[in-house]
Amino acid sequence: MIAFAVRRFIQAIVVLLAVSLIAFVMFKYVGDPISQMVGPETPIDQREALREQLGLNDPVPLQFMHYLGDVVQGNFGRSFRTGLAVDRVLLERIPATLELAIVAVLYAVVAGIPMGVYSGLYPDRWLSKFFQTVSLIGISLPTFFVGVILIYIFGPTLNLLPTFGRGEVVHIGFWSTGLLTVSGLKSIILPAFTLGMFQLTLIMRLVRSEMLEVLRTDYIKFARARGLSNRAVNFGHALKNTLVPVITVIGLQLGQVIAFAIITEAVFQWPGMGLLFLQAIQFADVPVMSTYLLVVAVFFVAINLVVDLLYYVIDPRLRLDRAVAQGG
Amino acid sequence: MAPQNDSPPLLEVRNLSIEFPTRRGTLVAVDDISLHIDQGEVLGVVGESGAGKSLTGNAIIGLLEHPGRIASGEILLNGKRIDNLSYEQMRRIRGRDIGAVFQDPLTSLNPLYTVSRQLVETIKVHTDLDTGAARARALELLEAVGIPAAKERLSSYPHEFSGGMRQRVVIALALAAEPRLIIADEPTTALDVSIQAQIIALLKRLCAERGTAVMLVTHDMGVIAETADRVAVMYAGRVVETGPVASVIQNAHHPYTSGLMGSIPHMKHGVNRLTQIDGAMPRLNAIPQGCAFNPRCEKVFDRCRKERPELISIEQNEVACWLYQSDVGGVS
Ligand SMILES: Nc1ncnc2c1ncn2[C@@H]1O[C@H](COP(=O)(O)OP(=O)(O)OP(=O)(O)O)[C@@H](O)[C@H]1O
Ligand code: SF4
Ligand SMILES: [Mg+2]
Repeated sequence: MIAFAVRRFIQAIVVLLAVSLIAFVMFKYVGDPISQMVGPETPIDQREALREQLGLNDPVPLQFMHYLGDVVQGNFGRSFRTGLAVDRVLLERIPATLELAIVAVLYAVVAGIPMGVYSGLYPDRWLSKFFQTVSLIGISLPTFFVGVILIYIFGPTLNLLPTFGRGEVVHIGFWSTGLLTVSGLKSIILPAFTLGMFQLTLIMRLVRSEMLEVLRTDYIKFARARGLSNRAVNFGHALKNTLVPVITVIGLQLGQVIAFAIITEAVFQWPGMGLLFLQAIQFADVPVMSTYLLVVAVFFVAINLVVDLLYYVIDPRLRLDRAVAQGG
Repeated sequence: MAPQNDSPPLLEVRNLSIEFPTRRGTLVAVDDISLHIDQGEVLGVVGESGAGKSLTGNAIIGLLEHPGRIASGEILLNGKRIDNLSYEQMRRIRGRDIGAVFQDPLTSLNPLYTVSRQLVETIKVHTDLDTGAARARALELLEAVGIPAAKERLSSYPHEFSGGMRQRVVIALALAAEPRLIIADEPTTALDVSIQAQIIALLKRLCAERGTAVMLVTHDMGVIAETADRVAVMYAGRVVETGPVASVIQNAHHPYTSGLMGSIPHMKHGVNRLTQIDGAMPRLNAIPQGCAFNPRCEKVFDRCRKERPELISIEQNEVACWLYQSDVGGVS
């Protein structure tokens, strides 16, 4: 177990190094930081002096080392646009994005798994067929379109739910949460629904096909032949065997949701990292862009790490060291 | 006909037919077969691949897979019909009255649970034992099926056992609630040749000790010769010959049975498969008219191609073949 975790951890570090290289390259070659920092009337020799001072004339590998050093110390530079420290700016935005992503995925899981189980167990019932059809629509509609339609229905038409912003937030330490106020809760419904819809259909379809597959296996037939109850067979034996692929997908989806919250955040003016990133692109605010990239990569890698460790908990066949210890 | 006792046989299959509705008509995979198994008896069922052996076994435990269905006939356990029970009523019979052992021990066990957990859940579903008592019973069972260091192995997962050991675990699971009948569908086919005999001997001994009857489906005539009390030979969804094992082996009447038995004296376990008869069994959608065996039969004559022979008693056996129709008074 520990060897496994260490191995995974080293892999995670390698991935993060690769991403920081990309972030660095972006930082270094996209746009000219000097011209962002000084006015157009600044003479060449002053620019050169600044360049020397910032270490921009050092060999590139050395610059990368410096960049890494800065990143590790939490020094991500200053936003070209606002001049504020990038880490502060992003840190302020992370809670909004994370809450949105987690609520979206939770809703996708809580609704998607039972729907998938049902349609896997009873593929011929009309409700299962209905789920299948609806899920096709869910998979093929673009997010922004769903968002706009929802805004139109629940905003001006019914006037039921807020359609932009986060509502009131409460600060707990560095974290700001909208989940503790009524307006915050109301505000998250539409964006989370929009963001989670694709995930819901994906999870539902995956659970369904995995269930269909597992229900055909010998050990399910044998479990029935042993006289186990339907519930024990369907949930204790079948559902558990679908969990490894389902958890993989949920984990990957959580990463995706964090990364692709951009569109939903834009549609609902949700004050998260994605919205910040969009604004950064407009201003070629490279420090913000590259830091955003790093942060998303950290989330991705962390989630994958957790998913890998979960496999290990669920599937004993992966605990190879144990099997070897017992002599196979 | 079958010997008439006062009490009904443990299991009786009467005129069972199993069919598959398909777009191009209905396929009849098991056609009007009758079998019976007495208390503690071992009935061997042989026949080439596709003869309908597994379907018959699945129908008995009520686990025919969709879209297969019982078209007609009855299945009786201790004289009571079980083929028309609800899923829940049948569930109580599975495991408790009729156990099952399937072909592939590598896939019969849930990979995510320890053998202890799978044994305990099976025991608890059929008895009033609490978890502690069920665990003690699980240990007894593992010891009974000959798992070395059973106590330590309780907490092992299926993948930590070899194929032969896993089939022992499967047998322990089948016996967990002391059923009176076990349907063993090719229990050793997937195993290494060197351990097939051990597993068969184990199954035979455990069932004999407990007075458990066995329906043993196999391709291996050697296993039948050593293990079974009676044999039913199936061909293309029908029973073509049945009788006491010695009589069927030494005194086969049906040309198909004779073909099967031809190689017995030279046989070692598992080496011989039923391949010595020329030709192949017909597909379900092309079963010949008359006797289904007629295209492959050396003794075929006119009548075989027109009319279908029914089982009749010849000496100790029952045989479905026109060769014997004149020897005996009437069609049974
Ligand atoms: N779902 C199905 N649809 C159509 N035909 C089927 C289906 N399942 C089984 N059959 C047919 O039923 C026949 C009997 O199958 P069965 O599995 O009982 O054979 P078997 O005697 O057990 O053979 P084997 O020795 O290969 O296990 C076969 O011809 C098979 O093709
Ligand atoms: S009925 Fe005819 S074809 Fe069939 S086994 Fe007997 S002799 Fe051969
Ligand atoms: Mg079979």
